[in-house]
Amino acid sequence: MKSKLFLLRDAVLVFGGLLLIWQSAVWMLKLPTYMLPAPGLVAKTLVERLPDLCDALLTSAEAAGGGLAASITVGVMIAMIFARSPWIRRMFFPYTILLQTVPLVAIAPLILMWAGQGLFAVGVITFIVCLAPIIANTTQGLVSVEENMVQLFRMHNASEWQILRQLRLPYALPNLFAGVRIASGIAVIGAITGELFAGSSAVGRGGLGYTIQYANSQLQTAYLFALVITATVLGFAFFFIVMFFEWLALHQWHESAVSRGGE
Amino acid sequence: MSVYEVTLKGVTKRFRTGAVPVLNDINLNVERGEFVTLLGPSGCGKSTLLKMVAGLTSCTSGEIRMEALTLRSAHAVISFVFQDATLLPWRTVEKNIALALELEGRPKAEIAETVPKLLELVGLSEVGKRYPRQLSGGMKMRVSIARALATRPRLLLMDEPFAALDEMTRDRMNEELLRLRAEQNWTVMFVTHSVAEAVFLSSRVIVLAPHPGRIAHEVKVDLPYPRTAATRESAEFDELVNSTSRLLREAHRL
Repeated sequence: MKSKLFLLRDAVLVFGGLLLIWQSAVWMLKLPTYMLPAPGLVAKTLVERLPDLCDALLTSAEAAGGGLAASITVGVMIAMIFARSPWIRRMFFPYTILLQTVPLVAIAPLILMWAGQGLFAVGVITFIVCLAPIIANTTQGLVSVEENMVQLFRMHNASEWQILRQLRLPYALPNLFAGVRIASGIAVIGAITGELFAGSSAVGRGGLGYTIQYANSQLQTAYLFALVITATVLGFAFFFIVMFFEWLALHQWHESAVSRGGE
Repeated sequence: MSVYEVTLKGVTKRFRTGAVPVLNDINLNVERGEFVTLLGPSGCGKSTLLKMVAGLTSCTSGEIRMEALTLRSAHAVISFVFQDATLLPWRTVEKNIALALELEGRPKAEIAETVPKLLELVGLSEVGKRYPRQLSGGMKMRVSIARALATRPRLLLMDEPFAALDEMTRDRMNEELLRLRAEQNWTVMFVTHSVAEAVFLSSRVIVLAPHPGRIAHEVKVDLPYPRTAATRESAEFDELVNSTSRLLREAHRL
């Protein structure tokens, strides 16, 4: 417990040091604020423009959350099909890797063209980038169920549906959460990247990506910094929400959750 | 004439066509109420044999018959205990025991009534609400056995159930298993590679030889039931363990 506190103190010291270097660099080099705003100015902007920042944050969170939720639903269903049929898995699994490697910036304009400007399109982009880790991890969990457990279920006349629902799905839950944890980070990046292209359908409804672009074009660099900080907060929030649900679902029985709690 | 619970006739198992069979021409009759142990080195196909009786894998040729039953409907009267306890980690001990009953669609009231009795039977009444990770190896195995007994099997198939336990726990589990059998009187087919365990538990030990797996010897164990810790200290027990070990070594050389 004590060592953990000291660890935190060191990290805070580093942060303070960085702020100090940043502030003195701005003073000594006499940098114009559009090049590098001082930390104080960023903090001031953060407070002053809080309503705008919150609007952008909520818009992005909506797109990222919607896309992530859709990718979990569809991803788990695809994983279930993959787990059921090795044949289908061999045919289609390589393409899920394609989903992950295709450059987002290249497909984003295409999707906007097909799905229309606005929140929905951003959600679709998020959905696409989140899908791969969820499919891959969940499939892995579903197929790695111990053979003896499957045989135990068969011995007692379990149907394939019972085996899926009562054995494979709970067994794959830790893997599913590992996938969702990865996807939650990508979701925020995906939404913001999508918004860079999507533009704004209404004032203040452009999300963080659109607002970042706007601030950049207006040389409002302090606002840009504030937006980056807000985006980071959103990423953290997603990650911790997923961690919370993971804890909720696994802490009673799963070894990893247990040992983490026991430390 | 005695009634055979299980009859194996010329049972052969190949994993690939043309390969050396894992099991070759096994003929074995198991009488009702017998405790038959398949003893042999790893790779002699003893677990495969047990899984064939359970209907979990098919035989390449030969036939397996259960008294008055086809293998398909045998599920209802057979229970299988695996080497690892195969408990579902997300279910409590109670829920794990209830699993087999739930899968077979027994009414909730019956399950609620049966589970506490089984917990008591295996001496785990206090830990019903715990999760498997909170149990010792021996306790997990007791839960596994309780789950197997939940469906009131006539034939219990046990595939090295105590192999992962330390020797003291294993001895105690052996004694408990015999106590339960005295109460419930199932027929047992048991797989192990421990000679002492085989002799202590069984009414008959089948010694298997490997490559291809086949029956090399049969040893009748005449030690009277109920057997207790004291049985292990008797001269007859020692003598049987020694002679069976000798047969096992010979079988290995064949």
